[in-house]
Amino acid sequence: MSDIVGARLVLDASEITRALTRISHEIVERSKGASDVVLLGIPTRGAFIAERLANNLALIQEHPVQVGTIDITLFRDDLRRQPMRTLMQTQIPDGSIENSLVILVDDVFFSGRTVRAALDALNEFGRPRTVQLAVLIDRGHRELPIRADYVGKNLPTSLDEKVIVHLAEIDGEDAVYIGGGA
Amino acid sequence: MKHLLSSEDLTREEIITLLDTATRMAELSGAKKLPTLRGFTVVNLFFEDSTRTRISFEAAAKRLSADVINFSAKGSSVSKGESLKDTALTLQAMGADAIVVRHPASGSAYRLANAGWISGSVINAGDGTHQHPTQSLLDAYTLRNHFGEIGGDLSGKEIAIVGDILHSRVARSNIFLLSSLGARVHVIAPPTLLPIGVETWPCSVHFNLDDVLPKLDAIMMLRIQSERMSDSYFPSELEYSKRYGLDARRLALLPEHAIVMHPGPMNRGLEISATVADSKQSVIVEQVANGVLIRMAVLFHILAGETL
Repeated sequence: MSDIVGARLVLDASEITRALTRISHEIVERSKGASDVVLLGIPTRGAFIAERLANNLALIQEHPVQVGTIDITLFRDDLRRQPMRTLMQTQIPDGSIENSLVILVDDVFFSGRTVRAALDALNEFGRPRTVQLAVLIDRGHRELPIRADYVGKNLPTSLDEKVIVHLAEIDGEDAVYIGGGA
Repeated sequence: MKHLLSSEDLTREEIITLLDTATRMAELSGAKKLPTLRGFTVVNLFFEDSTRTRISFEAAAKRLSADVINFSAKGSSVSKGESLKDTALTLQAMGADAIVVRHPASGSAYRLANAGWISGSVINAGDGTHQHPTQSLLDAYTLRNHFGEIGGDLSGKEIAIVGDILHSRVARSNIFLLSSLGARVHVIAPPTLLPIGVETWPCSVHFNLDDVLPKLDAIMMLRIQSERMSDSYFPSELEYSKRYGLDARRLALLPEHAIVMHPGPMNRGLEISATVADSKQSVIVEQVANGVLIRMAVLFHILAGETL
């Protein structure tokens, strides 16, 4: 795995599992039972985290939770500046988010632009009752007035550092690294 | 990808990326509108009549929030004798980011893209008897929806294209594009409607339709284009219809899973019978719906991306 050469491990597999378990319980507590929760993961890794949270919630609540994905590439405000990304899957459960409690799920929370794009995207799909945000890592450096409702770990970083999240589903291991910087 | 002029220019990977993007566009169909191309101007420059292609490009551009200017030669300064060059310079002065062009002359899209008249992108929406790349992309997308999956191609699929190959830009575009995706393309036509050099194309040529039918996964019927027929290429419409038309008897010779395609507009009763056009195996309406998705994908890759 060349992307983690020289990088420092900050979260291991069991810490990631514990963080996601805690977030799941917080979701149940704050939503008073998570009955109308729709988890929407932002691909790529946000989608896997959303799946894991959904599994946790189903175990805690003993009823299944709606889970889907929302690709925000077409809603970004920096398409002209970045090399183009391949579009990823969008799958809105039951085709509707009308009046539900939507929880957006992403791996790393950074400038806030991805979340802004996701909010714009949601707006095109319907009108949720409430929208909340769950992230595995909050690394700071917000460029927009957006905050997370559920945070796995706050990770103070400098701008020239890179946060690398690995998930077993695609990277073969669960781990979070910090790389680069001085 | 700066321009889209010919399906021959596209690599297998580029085609699959475009088809995958169209699949993603379909998943976003629940969204009211996509803001992606806000601030871009797309000009539909049509020197030839068209219903579905022009409307399809317009719908695709509008769904992605681009501004659309429609230009048709009828009722414009072209009827006063304005040349393609002067029309292009006018559009350039108005700031067109992409020009979707349909023109009766083969090679006109290439000329428009490479003559240095304009700085925007050119998308060929049909140039004479040469190419109609978005039609072949939407056909490939329709085929993949039936026989393939995202990220995949059409390896080993047996696809027939029947009718006026000589005048058909749809046939030319499809033969190259579908074979790039690994499909085996069969061309069936009367000898008078085959172009010189067809043996050098990546397809096999047949004269008897009934022999080919049982092994096909898909059959694509081409329109008899009376507007391009300056000569008598076959004795009568009835004879053409009997030998090369798709009717209920021939439909029964096709495998049950095979699909029937037509780029439209159809001559019901000539190349395809009404029974077949309205049958369960016909995907002609689906092709039109897919046209919007594939054109969204093309506009997105041409206007929003530097890669591909």
